[in-house]
Parts: sequence; structure tokens; C-alpha cells
Amino acid sequence: MKLPLKKQLRLTHARIVSQTVFFALFIFSIWASWTSRIEGYPVSRLLEMDPLVALATLFSTGYIYQFLGWALLIVFITLLFGRVFCNWICPFGTLHQIIGSLFNTHSTHERIEQNRYHRNQYIKYGVLVVFLILAVFGSLQIGLLDPIATMYRGIIAFFTPAWDMLINALVGFGVDGSWTSQLKFAPDVAPRVFTGSFWVGLFFLLLVTLNLWVPRFFCRFMCPLGAMLGVMSRYSVFRINRDVHKCTDCNLCLTRCEGASDPQGILRQAECFSCMNCIDDCPEDALSFTAIGLDKKQVKPEPDLTRRQWVFSGLVGLMAYPLIKNNGLSGDENFSANMIRPPGSVAEPEFLSKCIKCEQCINVCPTNVLQPAGLKEGGIEALWTPVMNFNIKHCQLKCSLCSEVCPTGAIRRITVAEKMGIGPYQEQGPVRLGTAFISQPRCLPWANQIPCVVCEEVCPTTPKAIQTYDEEEKDVYGNMVVLNKPFIVPDLCIGCGICQSECPVLDSPAVYITAIGESRSKERRLLLNNRTLAS
Amino acid sequence: MSKKIPDKNYKKDTMTRRELIKRGAGLAAGGVAGAYLAFAPEHYPLSLRDFTGLRSMPQPEIFTLDDFRVEQRFGFPAVGVGRNGDTMTRLRKALDAVGGITHFIQPGDVVLVKPNVAFDRSPILGATTHPEVVDALIRLLYAECRVKEVKVTDNPIESPADCFAKSGIQEAADLAGAKVYLPDSNAFETLHTPGATLIEQWSFLKRPFRDVNKVIGLSPVKDHNLCSASMGMKNWYGLLGGRRNQFHQDIHEIVSDLSMMIKPTLTILDGTRVLMQSGPTGGDPSYVQPGNAVAVGTDPVALDAWAYENLLGRLDGVPEYLVKAEQKGSGTVHYQQGLVREVL
Repeated sequence: MKLPLKKQLRLTHARIVSQTVFFALFIFSIWASWTSRIEGYPVSRLLEMDPLVALATLFSTGYIYQFLGWALLIVFITLLFGRVFCNWICPFGTLHQIIGSLFNTHSTHERIEQNRYHRNQYIKYGVLVVFLILAVFGSLQIGLLDPIATMYRGIIAFFTPAWDMLINALVGFGVDGSWTSQLKFAPDVAPRVFTGSFWVGLFFLLLVTLNLWVPRFFCRFMCPLGAMLGVMSRYSVFRINRDVHKCTDCNLCLTRCEGASDPQGILRQAECFSCMNCIDDCPEDALSFTAIGLDKKQVKPEPDLTRRQWVFSGLVGLMAYPLIKNNGLSGDENFSANMIRPPGSVAEPEFLSKCIKCEQCINVCPTNVLQPAGLKEGGIEALWTPVMNFNIKHCQLKCSLCSEVCPTGAIRRITVAEKMGIGPYQEQGPVRLGTAFISQPRCLPWANQIPCVVCEEVCPTTPKAIQTYDEEEKDVYGNMVVLNKPFIVPDLCIGCGICQSECPVLDSPAVYITAIGESRSKERRLLLNNRTLAS
Repeated sequence: MSKKIPDKNYKKDTMTRRELIKRGAGLAAGGVAGAYLAFAPEHYPLSLRDFTGLRSMPQPEIFTLDDFRVEQRFGFPAVGVGRNGDTMTRLRKALDAVGGITHFIQPGDVVLVKPNVAFDRSPILGATTHPEVVDALIRLLYAECRVKEVKVTDNPIESPADCFAKSGIQEAADLAGAKVYLPDSNAFETLHTPGATLIEQWSFLKRPFRDVNKVIGLSPVKDHNLCSASMGMKNWYGLLGGRRNQFHQDIHEIVSDLSMMIKPTLTILDGTRVLMQSGPTGGDPSYVQPGNAVAVGTDPVALDAWAYENLLGRLDGVPEYLVKAEQKGSGTVHYQQGLVREVL
């Protein structure tokens, strides 16, 4: 039987093409972030187009950073076509849909029941309200659940090392290794590691696994971006329209309804992902996606949330702020010595009002020094924000990639000249990440009379922030040795951490960086500015 | 599934053309407005754009402090010293020596008195201004100068409320009718001090200064382990906020900066009890030596220089910060040049 042309050119086909393209672009943006590939690719554009990122950072900072205005594109599309973002663009949505359709297999009847609107779908609007209130107070937490940030985080911290591990295994099995490095996300000397990646990965996998219970669970119940677009979609020009005269109430439109938006009855416009499956599945041609002849009696445009639910969400938001803020780790008194932020980062309070935990900086970092913070560094508020771990590697002097990919300006875009404090930045001086200290009881020349001073050798500043003086001493065997004993000149130290990562005392290095003295904060300074006794 | 026969009487409620046009117009207007806010160059009105990330950096509001000095009375010296009698008598003698307090303070003035309440210590240890001289000064201001209000403030190292209570200054101020202003987190603002090396912009205890038009420093004379002595100039340290513990990296510079930061109406040194050693905190009453002087100065440098040699009895040359303060134009260390008048 030959289908009529209208059935051959389906909207769902266009949707699948769109999803494929955006998913591929998403994976490409991660692959292309490797230092030798990045060139000029705008690898964070999808995050910059995310309206929730734009709105929440507008609330938390009062301004729209760099390219965040691109979010208007998605807003405009939503006002025209409803939540098409969720099912045509969002890579996380696509992932959920794939997993759901592959592994959540049920009879048609069961699926119809699974895809009916559930009253708890209001929860995502509550999540949105809580996050936006936190943003108004200056604590940006949308990244915990924003689908783009969550997807980037999960793929970067959990999936890319897993993938590279697989490629390495193939090479181990005898596959020719000359071309495999292009398959890796991070073809570095050592495989990348991410501290706490277990929890990032577990959280990510959990969200994906929920599809086995209810299809698109995250999208329907949890996604704050979906909620925001849902609120907007009530004004959309196009939507699914049911012709009541043709409809036979067979409910088959629910078989593959992604949003659980009740297309079989009064359409819940805020829930509809415009996936167009219902049009395909309708045997009577009663459903169409159109702007003309829309039946206003067959739609409920606004989210299904009572006033009490709105108010309660607001109260939760108001409580959540002090709950996460007052743990004594985000202030300038009791901050963690390991809270070392990447170069270009703004001061900690501003940082927490801008970082969306998307891990773009962590992905682009060529040395793997950037790591997602656990709870110890900054508590729940700073969870999965970037911190430097100099035991793993150091911050490369002539690199400012993290500042270039940051979509929100938590790491403000700086040039290498600004980072190093040269040229026009001579007067303001270099960006300091922290300060180095020497632990003499663990230092080979100091404690064991064994020559070493790798730290002095690798110190990249001019003049060197680690210097040595010669001392002749008797070693443990009674031989006289000349030792170069290292000491720090704190005024010169930029906290790049190469001394720590190169120190042979690996587990607890004899020279180490702590956050004190970082130039992004006046409050966390170590040395008095302009002190007359320096030099 | 049984087929339901569609209801023939059902009437669709469709959007009119007018509504559609309205929605389209709204969309276009919203789009243009949004694009303007997000993409208009930063200096355009209402633009929300922050391309460099510098615009959203918090810019502290800065203020400058008035000059509280009053012109010296003709024929009177810059430093006066009162000796003998009780505290009130000595204070009065010293003030009379520089021209009388009514020359400096007028009826209706609002006066801020800044004692040194740095530590949670008893008055007997000499680490803080003695409540007796606080009491005497406040009563003098109300009784002789008919001031409108006397305020007392300091930003101690330890808990402000405890320091004021245990130094006895809270009680002395209360009984004499002054109001104590304890610092809290929003009492501070950024002060701009042109020409200062270390504190050109620094957090300052501003709230007590509201409506104030005269300022009097009222400090003890103490030994200080790092900068030799803590006297009238060092006392202003107590108006600073922020990370003060960095200043010990360059103590003489900061103390001389303080002489640029504030130009008080008068500085008064209570030489009745002098902390001779283990300053600035003291710790044993035996470190405190009774003195017989109250000194008042309109030249804070000369006043401290005099006190260093005559009250602490140090003849090793004045502290470096006084030399630096002189270089910064705050006064002269050469008090010998007929600047001091002693009233016995």
C-alpha cells in the first residue's frame, strides 16, 4: 500500500533529523574542546542558547554576559512553536527518548496509561521557582538540574574518560594505535581523571535510568528549563490541535506521547514537547500541528499549578538560600585551602552567582588540573564547580582556554597577557591562583639532605618565586653535600601549582599551593598591597 | 475500542484573526525589546549587556571623610599638657592650654569620641582607654560645650559588646549620657583617602559618623611590640574594617596613613596610666605605671612625639611612623620648638 504524500513527509522525520544534528553537534562540541582541536569553535553555544542560563544569571548578576543573549533564539522558537526545544534540540531530551524507546518496552495499552498526564508533573515548576529565587539571592544552582549543563557534566566527567578507556583497551587488544587518538576525547599522555566523577556519573545515570520507570521522567517531572519553556509556551502561535469532530477517543495518540500532555483530551500546552508522535499515531487524522483554526476549548495553556503550590515553592526557595549559604565555606573566613579557582575567575561570591557547573572549563583544560569540586571545598553550593587539584597537574602558564569557554563569566574571559600581567596588564600584575608553601619536614634537601629542587627548576615566573640558597651539610651517611635549599618569595608566586605537581614527594607534596593570596579576591589576600617593605 | 460518534452540535471556539495579529505583534515587539536589552552596546540606556564580565563586578560605593579640624586659637600651642589634680582637672588644664575646649566644640555640635577599646581587658591592665577619662570628657562636652550629642565608637579586635562592657567604657558612656555605637556587618563602607599608600580605598566604620561634625580621639599611651608605641595616631586603626591583620606587614606605613585618613578636631592622650611593656595587650597590672598627665593636641604628630619621650620615657628616637606622618604633611615631630605648653 502506497502512503499518500502527506504521510510520507512526516513532521516526526524532520524532528528526528533535527535531534540527530543537535546531538551530533553536542558530542562534537565536547570532542572539539581538546586543546589541539578547538581553534575557534564556539563549543559552549548550546549553553549560551539556554534561556534558563540567561534568565537565572540575569537574576543573579543583573546583566547578560557575552553571548547569553542567544537564548532569545530559543525563546522566540518557543513562543512560535511551544516546547519544541525539548524534543527537537535538547540532547538530554534526545538521550532520554532513545533510552526510553529502547528499553522501556510495554504493550500499547500499558504505554497509553504511562503517558497520561500525571498530577505530579507540577514539581518541575516548583524546582524552577526554587532555583530562580536562589538566583535572585545570588546563588546560582540551576546547573544541578539544567538539562544542558547536566548532560555536559555527565558526558564530560563520566562518559569521556569511559570512552577513552575503551579506545585504550582496543589498542591494548592490538588495534593499530596510530589513528585511535582522533577517536579519543582527550588524547593526553595520561588518561584523564575527575575527582568525584563517581557521584557525577551516578547522578547522571540515575536520571537516565528513570526512563525505565516512566518515560521522559526527568523531562516531565524535574527539568527546570522545560518548566520555563512550558510557562512560555502558553503564548505559542502553533500547537497541537484536536479536531473534535474527527476524534473517536481511541487514545492511540498517547502511545508515544513524550510530554504526557493529554492530546486525547484537553491538551496541556505547557507539557507538550511538540514531538508530533500523536499526529503520526492518530488513525483518524484528528490531530494537527497548526496555527489556524485552533480550538480554544480543547487546550489548557498554563501549567497545572495551584496558587498554594506556587507559594509553597516560593517558601522552599526562601528557606533553601540560608540552608545552603550558611555552612561557613563560602564566606571569606573559613574557606577551604583547596578552593583554588581557575585563572580569570571572579571573586567567590560572584563566582557562585555565575557558575552553572557545566564543566566546560574542566573539559577544555589541557592539563586535567581542573576538577569538579566535591562537598569538602565549598559545600553543596559549590558542588561540581571547577577547582584546581595540583596533585593531578598544574595550570599551564600560557593558557586561558577555561576562561574562553565559560558561558557565564564565572571565569571571565581573559587573554594570556592579562593572565601573566604583561603588556597593558603590567600594572595590575599577574593572575594569582594561590600561594606556594614549603613543608620543610617533607622536603628532600631540607629534611633528608638529598639534592632535589625540581620545584625551583620548573617555577615559571621571572624572577623565580622559588629560589634556593646553598648550604653545605653532612648527610645521613656522614658525607658532606652541598644542598640547594628552596624557599618561596610569596610576592612573585602566581600559584600555578607546577612546583606541587612536579614535587617527587607525590602523595603529600613538600611544596604545595593553598588558596590564600588569590588575586581575584581582596578579602583572601595574603600580602598587603603596595607594602613599602617589598623588594 | 468502540467508536464514539462525534457530537454534531459541538462548536469550536477558534482564535479570531484579530487575536492572531495581536499575538504576532506582541511576539515581534517582545523579540525586539529582548534583543535590545541583550545586545545593545553597554553604554546604551537600559542595556543589560556585559560582554567583558567587568560590568557585573561589584563596585564598592566609596565616600570621603570630612576634615574635622578647627583652626588653632591664636597664641595657643598645638599641644597642651595638664598635670596634677584628678583626671577631670588634668583634662581641663590640658584643654585650656590649647585654647579651651569651647574654642573647638560649639553648642549644638554632634561629637564622636573614639576611645581605644581594642581588647576584652579590664581597665586596670592599661590596654584600653580608662573609663574615668571617658566619663570626664563626655561630661565636659555636655556641661561646658552644650553639645547636642556625644557618640562613642570603636571596632575592637574581639567581640565589640564584650570589649565595651569589660573595659568599663560602656558603663561610663551610659552614665555620662553618651551613646555607644557598636559596629556590625553593615556599619562599614569603603572610604577613599587620597594619597594614602595602603588604604586609598578601605573598609571604614561609617555608621557612627552620621551627622557628626567634630571628632575627638581619646587614647591610652601604650607600649607596642611591633611599632614601639600605640598612642593617639594608632588609635584610629579602630575605625578600619576588612582584613586589618595584613597591616602588620607594614605597620609604620599604615599608622602614618591613618593620619591622612582622619583629621580629628582634637586628640587626647590619657597619661594617667601608661602601659610600659607587653603592649598592646598588657596582661599584668604591674606593667602599668601611674603617670601624672593628660595631653591634648591639634597636631597629632607632635602630640605622639611628645608622649613617646615624656610619658613612655623612650629616648631612642620617635617611632618611624611619626616621621612618615610628618612626610605626609600631618604635623611635625619636632615638638620641642615651642609647640607644647604644660600647665601644672
